[in-house]
Amino acid sequence: MAGSAFNSTRSEKIFDWFNYTFLTLVLIVTLYPFLNVLAISLNDSTDTVRGGIYLWPRAFTWDNYQTIFNYTGLIQGLKISILRTLVGTVLGLIAASMLAFTLSRVDFRGRKFISTFVALTMYFSGGIVPTYILMRDLHLIGTFWVYVLPGLVSGFNVFIIRSFIDGLPFALQESAKLDGANDFTIYYRVILPLCKPVLATISLFLAVGQWNSWFDTYLYNGTKQQWTTLQYELMKVLQSTQQGGNMTNANDLATQLAHVSPDSIKMAITIVVTIPILVVYPFLQRYFVGGMTLGAVKS
Amino acid sequence: MKTLTMDDNLQHESVTPKAPKRKKKTKGDFWKSVGQQKYLYFMSIPFVIWLFVFSYVPLWGWTMAFQNYKPAKSFSNQKWVGLKNFVELFQDERFYLVLRNTLAMSIMGIVVGFIVPIVFAILLNELRSMKFKRTIQTVSYLPHFVSWVVVAGIITKLLSIDGGIVNEILLSLHIIDQPIQFMAKGNWFWGIVTASDVWKETGWNAIIYLAAITGIDKEQYEAARVDGASRFRQIWNITLPGIRPTIMVLLILSIGHLTSIGFEKQMLLGNSLVTDYSEVLDLYALKYGIQINRFSYGTAIGMFNSIVSIILLFTANGLFKKFAKESIM
Repeated sequence: MAGSAFNSTRSEKIFDWFNYTFLTLVLIVTLYPFLNVLAISLNDSTDTVRGGIYLWPRAFTWDNYQTIFNYTGLIQGLKISILRTLVGTVLGLIAASMLAFTLSRVDFRGRKFISTFVALTMYFSGGIVPTYILMRDLHLIGTFWVYVLPGLVSGFNVFIIRSFIDGLPFALQESAKLDGANDFTIYYRVILPLCKPVLATISLFLAVGQWNSWFDTYLYNGTKQQWTTLQYELMKVLQSTQQGGNMTNANDLATQLAHVSPDSIKMAITIVVTIPILVVYPFLQRYFVGGMTLGAVKS
Repeated sequence: MKTLTMDDNLQHESVTPKAPKRKKKTKGDFWKSVGQQKYLYFMSIPFVIWLFVFSYVPLWGWTMAFQNYKPAKSFSNQKWVGLKNFVELFQDERFYLVLRNTLAMSIMGIVVGFIVPIVFAILLNELRSMKFKRTIQTVSYLPHFVSWVVVAGIITKLLSIDGGIVNEILLSLHIIDQPIQFMAKGNWFWGIVTASDVWKETGWNAIIYLAAITGIDKEQYEAARVDGASRFRQIWNITLPGIRPTIMVLLILSIGHLTSIGFEKQMLLGNSLVTDYSEVLDLYALKYGIQINRFSYGTAIGMFNSIVSIILLFTANGLFKKFAKESIM
């Protein structure tokens, strides 16, 4: 008996040791690529070619950042990326929260139908080609709005917000009604302020989605210089020097800058694209963990 | 007076929702209640129309798969060709190659991408130091928020032959004596895509399991410890059964998404040297449908993809309902 107890503690100690080592490795594997990219982006580009840059720049310089910020295409891309993130997040938030509010009202007559109508959109999609044809027929190709309008209403976000509202006491709405408030006032004055945590989660999802998307730019606005986004510019630079890259029209930035030193430039742009996310997400962490769990439990 | 009737209505509804007291209804009553709820309609109908346009109208576009669609003509002037596009698709050798790639990467993605987060969540839960646990968790979400463009760039850099850390480590450990051209060899591609996905999404996907583990009654562990159960026994007999419903629901959902694994990673990580392994159904549809303007053929490919995933979703749901008493619908 004593022997088995001893065995189990010893094997548990081994397990603990293994677990800590393994998870520390996971930590390193996750963080190293980012630190390496940062180090290369801050290292002199000719020195980088010699290799051997890991976590710390050997010949520190800001030159790579100066080079990329002298390129107007990048500044333009940055502006459009910020704009689509702001507009897409605000409009998406309004749409999802309004729809969620109406669907949370048990007395709303259209509730059942609209609920099913919205839920179905989560399970199918028309596919790339019909969507492309629709965008063309609506004359959205080559415009800024193709970034915002198609994905404005997201069923997933609507249901996350609705399950949050369902958890609020209905008596609040009733007493507002007694005070003579109409449904819009209830939504705006009572529900929205109480929904702050879930709205923070959804804003994070929307903003990250907008900031990170590149395929819509590639598909709809690839040739419209004034509407290209930062992710798309980075994609062009990354793909242009890749072996047998699948982008044939190597863009001016790509050809110009890639000659200087592909790696340093690529890494500097990668950092510019990634920094906003790194800055924002630790602050919103507790919100998105809550939001994810809420959505999972309900669906 | 008006507010009073509204209140009556509201209270009545909230006490007994869906009360069967609606027999003697007239048209007038119907319009009156619509009028009372006009703000709710104002706040929902526009978005319903929105979804109709951007989500349901593309389904109507599936009719293109049965036509020889020409962009310049109106709908009534299109030439209907029946199943010709599908026949052509099923006779295309390339289609089977692309289907193989799609299924191979999906299955690898589901198996690995499904098991790893569960293991990760359990290991994380076994940590005793809360500080270490929180640090790892925070760091592990990070890659989820970074775009595939960035991740593809990072992966390419890590695996490159000049100065890529993976080759350097393998060389210095004398596992290989020549650097491997990972990105140029087709037989590495599926593995690279799966590994990138694990690197990017494990932390994020583990959130749900960690939340489910937190929900398990702590007394069960206490009781098990009193009975002398080891930690492995506790994991096996308490933690895993505790998160079983969550595992089931997520498994059904991931099977439903089997053929819609997306194409971003394949498009960004792939190059002309590995297309025989990297091309998936969506990219194939993109190539035919938009880049060389064979809209009808491209639609047929996309339609095949959607129908297969819907069938898989229902089959998985049905099987689990029958054998495991779990379902999502």
